[in-house]
Amino acid sequence: MTENPGALAQEPPGAPAACLPVRRRRRRARGRVTSILGLTPFAFYVLALLALPTGIALTTAFFDSAGSFTLENVATLFDPLILDTFVSSFWISALTAVVGAVLGALICYALLGARPDGALRMMIESASSVLAQFGGVMLAFAFIATIGVQGLVTSLLRSQFGIDIFADGVWLYQLPGLILPYIYFQVPLMVITFMPALDGLKAQWAEANATLGGSTFTYWRRIAGPILAPAFFGSLLLLFANAFSSYATAAALISQGSQIVPLQIRGALISETVLGRANMAGALALGMIVVMIVVMTAYSILQKRTTRWQR
Amino acid sequence: MTGSSQRGTQRRSLAVSAAPSRLTRGLILGIVGAVFAIPIIAMIEFSFRDGLSGGYTFTHWTGLLDPDSAAKFRSLTTGLTNSLLLAAVTVGVVLLLLLPTMILVQLRFPRLRRVLEFICIIPITVPAIVLVVGLAPVYRFLGGIFGSSIWTLAFAYGITVLPYAYRTLQSNLGALDAITLSEAARSLGASWPNVMWRVLLPNLRRGILAASFISVAVVLGEFTIASLLSRQNLQTAILLISKSDPYVAVIFALLALLLVFLLLLLIGRVGSRRPGAPRRITTRKQTREQTPKPDLTQGVPS
Repeated sequence: MTENPGALAQEPPGAPAACLPVRRRRRRARGRVTSILGLTPFAFYVLALLALPTGIALTTAFFDSAGSFTLENVATLFDPLILDTFVSSFWISALTAVVGAVLGALICYALLGARPDGALRMMIESASSVLAQFGGVMLAFAFIATIGVQGLVTSLLRSQFGIDIFADGVWLYQLPGLILPYIYFQVPLMVITFMPALDGLKAQWAEANATLGGSTFTYWRRIAGPILAPAFFGSLLLLFANAFSSYATAAALISQGSQIVPLQIRGALISETVLGRANMAGALALGMIVVMIVVMTAYSILQKRTTRWQR
Repeated sequence: MTGSSQRGTQRRSLAVSAAPSRLTRGLILGIVGAVFAIPIIAMIEFSFRDGLSGGYTFTHWTGLLDPDSAAKFRSLTTGLTNSLLLAAVTVGVVLLLLLPTMILVQLRFPRLRRVLEFICIIPITVPAIVLVVGLAPVYRFLGGIFGSSIWTLAFAYGITVLPYAYRTLQSNLGALDAITLSEAARSLGASWPNVMWRVLLPNLRRGILAASFISVAVVLGEFTIASLLSRQNLQTAILLISKSDPYVAVIFALLALLLVFLLLLLIGRVGSRRPGAPRRITTRKQTREQTPKPDLTQGVPS
């Protein structure tokens, strides 16, 4: 296991067998206290930088600018305009998550036989890490340069094929313009999150399948498929959540209007100093979190099934 | 079991394991790769454009080397330095706070595993734009303790990367029989630091690397928290300069991408081999990681 097997046996096993249990029990009790102490730094960190800010953000939804309790902010969520934003956010996240998950899983499959420490694998893992977080400003630039009004693809299509992708108006700076940029970061994220599940496929399972006379199809249909399914749908839900909460790309592309929920929150945050709608951002955040909790609960159920195969 | 016979088994099993053929792999990766290269190529093309004239020029690139424009780029260099510092501190937070906690829970508190997982996926449920509203008062308080230097932002980034770091680390830790490994090592007389350093960490190397990869990538791409807390990082600096000079902004976006890519490639290279160790041993270790159990018997002094 280690580079130096002798290091594992530093203590000579010379102690009489009778005193072992007592020593071990005492050591275990002491270890237990130390172990619990070992959990506290992380617990404190999470409390201070996750629980506290979230609590502050959400409780503002139930107070008005004067500081007294109100449900008015929450009631505004059911305004048709706000509901429309939620629907837009929902379908754009679902669409890009499904496309991203399918394409990403395909890449993972293609990498299946590649050596785990080989150059190809390293290259694609690095590229995925970069591109999955290639969000925000840079991604918006890239797509303006590609399919903007003067973009490379736009002008090529126009001059070579006579196709005007903006014949019905420029959609890049509207809601549909988010689809391609979002897929661009969803696919690499799928590669990153789904690849470990494929790595978890044990070579022995394939051998057993082959020994028992199963074909490649049988292997995918009866062994790898069912084992990977929870991981796949889990990753799919992660992708949905990723798109649903994504802010920077939309903020850089769409300068006018608030077509999706995060942009509504930005609007409320910015206007809070001007119009005194101090707590609308909190209410929108609350609505967002309700959606996210539903998605994440489903994710957690799937995850329970995934870990069944990880021992 | 010797390394060479294990390697042989592995090669044979790959043939059975329904891995795609060379052609299929090439086709899939080729097509997807080509489509994903288009926006990058478009950015490169854009950076050479001479305004709207339709011609091309090198002036946007040569302008970068012009000493007169150094002042113009000061915000960009500051942003880049800040982002690199934040990336390093965030990886530190992941490896020094999250990883020990995960190993501890895996070994000593199996019942807390679900709780820890739940905590670690909360940041997905609480998007950055929600978090940032509540972070403002927290940072006013933190500023009193640590001062208002940029690296404190890494505390918030540590939370942002938590789900990704957790998932990559856990898929490694979960596939490993950590309890059996550590109990075996302990029963052979290894101290806990020894178990950690010589048994668990080497087995977790892939997970640790992947978690560091994604943490660095998340931090270098972060925009929301920095911009709404009015801090300067790479992304806010690029947005700032795009308003005065879009070509320079695109060039820097490209350079940043290239830098991150090379950095991650380098980390991956360094990580896949032990410093100073000959290549052959690395390959054998690689095979060992996938079959930890038979190897444990190798460590038993006979």
